[in-house]
Amino acid sequence: MGLEVQMEKKFPGFQLNVDFHTEGGCMGILGASGCGKSMTLKCIAGIEKSDKGKIVLNGRILYDSEKKISLSVQERNVGYLFQNYALFPTMTVEQNLAVAMKGKKREKEQKIKEQIRRFRLEGLERRYPSQISGGQQQRVALARMLLHQPEIIMLDEPFSALDGFLKDELQLEMLELLKDYGKDVLMVSHSRDEIFRFCDRLILLEDGKSILKGSTAEVFSNPEKMEAAKLTGCKNISAVQKMGTYEIYAKDWDFVLKTKEPVGDEIRYVGIRGHFIYPVWEKTEENTMEIAIAGYMETPFEKQYLFRNACAPGSSRIWWMQKKDNFEDGGQEKLPPYMVFPKEALMLLR
Amino acid sequence: MAEMISKIDWSPLFISLKTGIVATIMAFFFGVAAARFIMKLNNTTKAFMDGLLTLPLVLPPTVAGFFLLLIFSLRRPFGKYLYTQFDIKMVQTWPGCVIAAFVIAFPLMYRNARAAFEQVDVNVIYAGRTLGMSERKIFWKVVVPVAAPGLASGTVLAFARAIGEYGATSMLAGNILGKTRTVSVAIASEVAAGNWDTAAFWVCVIVILSFLIVALINLISGKNMKNIHRWM
Repeated sequence: MGLEVQMEKKFPGFQLNVDFHTEGGCMGILGASGCGKSMTLKCIAGIEKSDKGKIVLNGRILYDSEKKISLSVQERNVGYLFQNYALFPTMTVEQNLAVAMKGKKREKEQKIKEQIRRFRLEGLERRYPSQISGGQQQRVALARMLLHQPEIIMLDEPFSALDGFLKDELQLEMLELLKDYGKDVLMVSHSRDEIFRFCDRLILLEDGKSILKGSTAEVFSNPEKMEAAKLTGCKNISAVQKMGTYEIYAKDWDFVLKTKEPVGDEIRYVGIRGHFIYPVWEKTEENTMEIAIAGYMETPFEKQYLFRNACAPGSSRIWWMQKKDNFEDGGQEKLPPYMVFPKEALMLLR
Repeated sequence: MAEMISKIDWSPLFISLKTGIVATIMAFFFGVAAARFIMKLNNTTKAFMDGLLTLPLVLPPTVAGFFLLLIFSLRRPFGKYLYTQFDIKMVQTWPGCVIAAFVIAFPLMYRNARAAFEQVDVNVIYAGRTLGMSERKIFWKVVVPVAAPGLASGTVLAFARAIGEYGATSMLAGNILGKTRTVSVAIASEVAAGNWDTAAFWVCVIVILSFLIVALINLISGKNMKNIHRWM
């Protein structure tokens, strides 16, 4: 059961080739803009036609190029939340909910009333989409979609059109609403934070191809591939040369690192997340680098330092993130002269 | 002056109005259907078909009249067939007025409808589909209301053009008082006959009429368009 997708679609200069299945809960598709995420959803919904492959939803064939089956969008019964919500602009909130419903008038009215209450849209029934806020628009779109009882819910960058303040609140709200509904969810996003928050499992998509699949925690802790590490937000990546079973030479940092895991022959890169590096005053531990500060930035909650290997002035810069204690705690401090790259935090990448 | 007006035969006004209304209704439905059809084509076919559908707008109306005669003349196969089999005659008849006005007004309706459809967010159409709405329902309930301002202005322009049609009408339908003489044909023949004051009268009638219609429809459609903002 769930959704099984295996399909290809060619464009001039771009080829989409994805293969995955859902296992209940929320599945995320993470990728940079233009990698084919939204196109994948559109093909599943039938809005775009794939060239080849098979799409099966809960045992029902939606598309099969060999059997020459391709259901219309209407027959597929998938819920699609568009990036801009795609509310019908000339209809009120109430009409937006009502227009696609079938059945008797009394029942319809009853259901709409209930849905309006459940999505906290009371008082907005007679407003037009242009007269309500982005968050309210999203709730209307969600309510409209769920009234239709889709077999799977697909969310296309659901929060990209909202401003930061609303986002967190709405994400929590949507998470609860979707949990109530209990159907599989497929969510597309370029934001690793959103995917991490929402999804139990995820696929990383790069340039039309799925490069890695797995549980969210697994993929973030061990991305396996250099592209995957980048997509999950790892800023420090260096090409490596294998020195021994537990030793690599990071070329971009001109630095030799000891590893916890044995280094396979396929390993080409090493990565480490900026949060896992820590400063020390003395060079006593393994993987300790003498550093020279090369840049400094601040975000509301973090200080971000850029440093490089003090013994190799031409080497690449490395990010180090430090939590701030309070907002007055601004400005650069005098840093200890050494940084430790803990063995457990090193990600060996292909 | 009063004597001149009392002697006027008002039939050209009614023929013009009747022709304009019928031709506009036809142009509306055919224009909307054509625009909808065009929206589904790929770019190459689109360019070609669009050229064909817009041609009557850019050609001199007499060229349209020439082609209409070529089709409907009783001495031509199709016109002859229509007349002998169905007793339908376009040449020198009121239906001829309507056909001529329709052909000239159609491209205006079609182009405005197409421009209006192109402004509709395609995601709204897709959303309708994922919600299980039929294509027909999506078109009439979602697309047409969004495109309404453009369709309204297309209708107004088509009507204005239809009541003013002269070239194709005079070639196909001729100039029979009480049957096919419209206001614009009347103006031409009154001037030709040297009756300048009668011609001027008809000119005034058509100027006032056109202005009133355009203003009226603007008012009506403006009420439903709260999302159109005044540029300050």
